[in-house]
Amino acid sequence: MFGLQSECMLHVPEQYHTLSDYEGAQPRWCPSCGDHAVLTAVQKVCREKQLPPEKTVFVSGIGCSSRFPHYMKTYGFHGLHGRPFPVAEGIKFRRPDLDVFVATGDGDCCSIGAGHWIHAIRYNMNMTVMLLDNEIYGLTKMQTSPTSRKGTISNTHPHGSILPPINPLITTLGVANASFVAQTVDWNPAHLYSTLLAAHSHQGFSFVRILQRCPHFSPNLFAEEISNPDLTVLLTHENGIEAVEEVQKMYKNSVVHDPADMNEAREIAQREDLIPIGLFFCDPSKEQYDKYGASNIGFSPQKKADALNVEFEKYAV
Amino acid sequence: MLNANLDELTTTDNNNSAAEISGIKAKPLKECIIEIVSDAGEGAQKAGQSFGSVSAKMGNGVWTVEIIPAEVQPPARSRAGASGIRIRFGSNKITNMGDEADLVVAFNEQVLYGRIEQDAYKAGTIILIESKWKNSKVPEIKEEYAQALNEFKERGFDVREILMEEECLKHVDNPSKGKNMWVLGMLCSIYSRDVTKAEAQIRHTFRRKSEKIIESNLRLLNAGYSWAAENIELKFQIGSEMKQVPRLVMNGNEAVGMGVMAAGIEVCSMYPITPATSVTHYLSEVFEKSGGLVHQAEDEIAAIGFAIGASYAGKTAVTITSGPGMALKTEFIGLASMAEVPLVIVDVQRGGPSTGLPTKVEQGDLLYAIFGQPGDTPTVVLAASTIEECYHFVILSRQLAEAFRMPVILLTDANLATGVQPFTRPEINLDSFSPPVNQSPWKKEIRPYEWDEKTGISQRPIPGQADGMYVLTGLAHDEESHVAYDSHINQLGCNRRSRKMAAIHKTLTPPKINGDESGDLLVVGWGSTLGAIEEAVSLARKMGGSVSSLHLRFLSPVEPGLEEIFKRFKKVMTVEINYGDEENDPLITQENRRRTQLSWFLRAHTLIDVDFLAHIHGQPMRPGFILQRLKKELGL
Ligand SMILES: Cc1ncc(C[n+]2csc(CCOP(=O)(O)OP(=O)(O)O)c2C)c(N)n1
Ligand code: SF4
Ligand SMILES: [Mg+2]
Repeated sequence: MFGLQSECMLHVPEQYHTLSDYEGAQPRWCPSCGDHAVLTAVQKVCREKQLPPEKTVFVSGIGCSSRFPHYMKTYGFHGLHGRPFPVAEGIKFRRPDLDVFVATGDGDCCSIGAGHWIHAIRYNMNMTVMLLDNEIYGLTKMQTSPTSRKGTISNTHPHGSILPPINPLITTLGVANASFVAQTVDWNPAHLYSTLLAAHSHQGFSFVRILQRCPHFSPNLFAEEISNPDLTVLLTHENGIEAVEEVQKMYKNSVVHDPADMNEAREIAQREDLIPIGLFFCDPSKEQYDKYGASNIGFSPQKKADALNVEFEKYAV
Repeated sequence: MLNANLDELTTTDNNNSAAEISGIKAKPLKECIIEIVSDAGEGAQKAGQSFGSVSAKMGNGVWTVEIIPAEVQPPARSRAGASGIRIRFGSNKITNMGDEADLVVAFNEQVLYGRIEQDAYKAGTIILIESKWKNSKVPEIKEEYAQALNEFKERGFDVREILMEEECLKHVDNPSKGKNMWVLGMLCSIYSRDVTKAEAQIRHTFRRKSEKIIESNLRLLNAGYSWAAENIELKFQIGSEMKQVPRLVMNGNEAVGMGVMAAGIEVCSMYPITPATSVTHYLSEVFEKSGGLVHQAEDEIAAIGFAIGASYAGKTAVTITSGPGMALKTEFIGLASMAEVPLVIVDVQRGGPSTGLPTKVEQGDLLYAIFGQPGDTPTVVLAASTIEECYHFVILSRQLAEAFRMPVILLTDANLATGVQPFTRPEINLDSFSPPVNQSPWKKEIRPYEWDEKTGISQRPIPGQADGMYVLTGLAHDEESHVAYDSHINQLGCNRRSRKMAAIHKTLTPPKINGDESGDLLVVGWGSTLGAIEEAVSLARKMGGSVSSLHLRFLSPVEPGLEEIFKRFKKVMTVEINYGDEENDPLITQENRRRTQLSWFLRAHTLIDVDFLAHIHGQPMRPGFILQRLKKELGL
């Protein structure tokens, strides 16, 4: 049925990819939605890394943020609400040659998909994960999300939400085998870009929580933090996220944090007074499940037949 | 009843000269049914499986079925704890577990009660029972044992007490371990089995154990054999009348596992669930060597999502589960159908709904498999009815999934899962292995869902193929895979996906009829009931009944020609391991009667009335149960 050629590494003629090579359909997000900034930053990362579009796959769930793959001109998988991780893992498992990105929302990742999220961290497969956290359900029109701050007025909690939110950083840092955890914000393009670039360069499950504005449903959510950069604290370190001059200038509050220090990472993640941005934790030596997945690929039909024959012998009468 | 007494089945013209052991002439039999029952963990199944393999190696037809208690460690000496195995073997092909057993070896009297409750025995059944209980220091046990023995005798069983453990003690220090092998030896003697074949079998079974353990098991085997030769006057001989071709002996789950390898599948993604898990136990042991891997996911949703991801990326994948897992996979099956991702889903059915009867057989996932989705979800559903088909249908499923770019559900069940039956050693066909992932450049002008108008088939680009980039989506989409809510596009997409079912239907032929092409009664079945149905039908035909049967392998699309076939019979009736209201149940009318799944489906499909014979006992269908109804229907 399909033209069956060898599993060769593709010979792409030397070709420089420009931004437009990564631009898919016209985004349909609200005009001032924070997702636009993330899309732009991601496309720049692709260009910077010169990722072959045909070897790049964007996987998502369902939500405003999960429309992401449609706006890239790469392969994409816009699947089910809450289930981007299993799909992304399946794609990566036997295809080490593919570059996998996951775009997910706070409902998608931290509520319906929370089980998969925990296990995805533990599998630690090489992929770049962007949690577009707007602290609300956007697509379904303003219901409380697990990351909504206590007291958030929403369509499901018109008198204010009742429970304290999940902090995705604390959760991620608490899972065995976590290997890369960072936080950035959609309104600082330079930091956003550097963070995604570092995430992509990391070998393993790179988890980036991106604080994302949803002006449509919560216009004032990050207004204070945006107008007053002193409410943000920049994590710096030689092994951390590169902070270009403009970022350093903007955020006067900064702390040196060694991303190898898990205890300190957890402490910083718990801060409620300021928004910490930068690299919380990084350990490239963690076990990677995709290495196991790639351990026996590309057997010839004859080799498979021989293995089957050995099995037949065991059961033969 | 079948096998009403051993003499009826005695062959007079047996070619194999009756074996003589210790001067007793072995009585030739055409076939027989034996059971070994014990508390869980006493190794009855291991002994029975070895006995089955030895019999298969001696050229017999064999069907073994495991007797599995619901709990892992049920209380000792309890009725509910009956654990063990039934072996039906004969000089010809055996297709099902049959009716009442001819002989049973029991490790205690309580587990026998458990089996008696299942109607496993009849008057005359020989019971070889461990008699150490009569010397028990616990007065209650002593009493229970004595009482039970009286009752067994009253029921007409042929009870013979044996001090099994005491005999084992003469050869090993710990008789509770290895008693099963002593029993195997005893049975080998009674049924004139080739003891060297049994020795080889023990070496194979315990291949991962130390030589010391193997030696002690061999000693017990031989001790049981010699003891029986000297102390039991029962001696039978079952010859072979089958054409001797190379055969494989395994259970249905192992056959599925081998089918997975033979299909060239590379990813088997699962979450443990009885009775499906043993497929993946088997695969986990051997899959790596044939270029595949088992992925144990965090749940069934993740398992199917993972398989779909792998398949999207060009790697053939299967996910294997049972009812509760199927329920969880629902949304992803819909996605695979909607977004046209090839995928094989194996559902080893167990009793439902909910957690139901985890270890027991049922055919209750039929309608779920065909219709269990919100929206219109064309899905291929096929069912294996033998161990052999468990193997071949995995390969077929993969081919269909890929050729038609859609999910294929393969239904088997708990009866096939643990049933063992030899089948012809398959040819290995290199073409059936999945090809390497196509990474040649895609023709830009071909759209990712360029549906062929006639067949609905389209080709899919695989990540890595230059110029093939598209975004797969579960939303309504056009041929470009662009999200499209326009009414005519949704109509077109649904139509094209449905068209594939018609295209598959075109390739099917009407089912073969077992018996005459027309008559008074047609019995329709599917899945693991095949052997029992055909055996009952052939017995009824011998009694003069005008009855035929047919067995469906394809349920969606369903095999062609059914209406025309049904019309040639005065009455059509399904046989199913499913629930259905009985006609004369209180409140039940023709209108509100809830019918069994297959009969419901066939009535709707053919507009012909279809009756049913069904039970939901969690037990395999027995030929005797069917025959009883056939006799009533046919006035025999
Ligand atoms: C199984 C299922 N349940 C519910 C929905 C409806 N639904 C779609 S998106 C969504 C929440 C989206 O919120 P989030 O993940 O935060 O994404 P955002 O829109 O905010 O980017 C819900 C509940 C669905 N599509 N599927
Ligand atoms: S609703 Fe909010 S999250 Fe969704 S597109 Fe609009 S601004 Fe963005
Ligand atoms: Mg959200």
